[in-house]
Amino acid sequence: MARLNVNPTRMELKKLKARLSTATRGHKLLKDKSDEMIRRFSVIIRENKRLRSELEGQLKDCLGAFAFARSTAPAEDFYKAFSLPVSTVNAEFSETDVMGVVVPKITVSESTSDEDYPYAFAELTSEADYSVKKISALVGDLLKLAEIEKTAAMLATEIERNKRRVNALEYIMIPQIEETIAYIKSKLDENERAATTRLMKVKSMIEQR
Amino acid sequence: MASKLAMMASGESALAFKAAGVDAYYERDAEKARETFKKLAKKYSVIFVADDLAEVLSDLIERTLEKPYPVVVTVPDANGNSEYAAKKLKEESERVLGIDVLSQRN
Repeated sequence: MARLNVNPTRMELKKLKARLSTATRGHKLLKDKSDEMIRRFSVIIRENKRLRSELEGQLKDCLGAFAFARSTAPAEDFYKAFSLPVSTVNAEFSETDVMGVVVPKITVSESTSDEDYPYAFAELTSEADYSVKKISALVGDLLKLAEIEKTAAMLATEIERNKRRVNALEYIMIPQIEETIAYIKSKLDENERAATTRLMKVKSMIEQR
Repeated sequence: MASKLAMMASGESALAFKAAGVDAYYERDAEKARETFKKLAKKYSVIFVADDLAEVLSDLIERTLEKPYPVVVTVPDANGNSEYAAKKLKEESERVLGIDVLSQRN
């Protein structure tokens, strides 16, 4: 490991010692942060998986019914039927903080739906009713999934970044500083010994005279 | 104010979402889909993307991860495939935890 390019002086030594203590403290903090983020991530990703597989099944049903309805009705009627929303989902889009990562927070308030379908029942098959009704119910849950999935993804990126910081401190910064401190110390000791011997030499020379 | 949800698919399955008050867009062409997605990313808070399009838009979706919004969610396409989402989930888990915890459990 390369040592830092500094002059071996007492002042530099003092500075480096201060830096070392900061680096070690920072390293410990970042490592704790990393641990906690990973713990949260593993909770979130399991929830994510569960919600996704649940919703995907339902959505598949729904789209299947939709495709069936599509194939049995004339295209024109069909487009007409689906040009107006039956229900709207009211959701609040805000942001929240998870371990210093700003993630989206979506609060789904009551979805308003009028019981009327925007088409006559004679026009389309019952599959259409089914899929329309189902999808309205699903969108709220899908928003929940959206929130969780995004949180997991953002947390993953942040964890990776944090890992790099921890590693940089642990394997580069701290060893470098430690090595430099050792180097400066040995240099200073060497100087001290040189000074002592010089003094002894001078003393003996004076005594001989 | 315009609706904050959008759905993108390569086929007409996007229409199904329209009934739930989600703005639907469908684009068969990959190039056009990318253009549309860029536009949508500025306008909407949540964009549902069908799985078959997600592969094409992969790098654009990745870019949205920098900010909390827009949130991009992949949903199964008309054929019911959802490989993209599963792949992403696995990748994330492997990247962060070192192992794929999800498939091991099952």
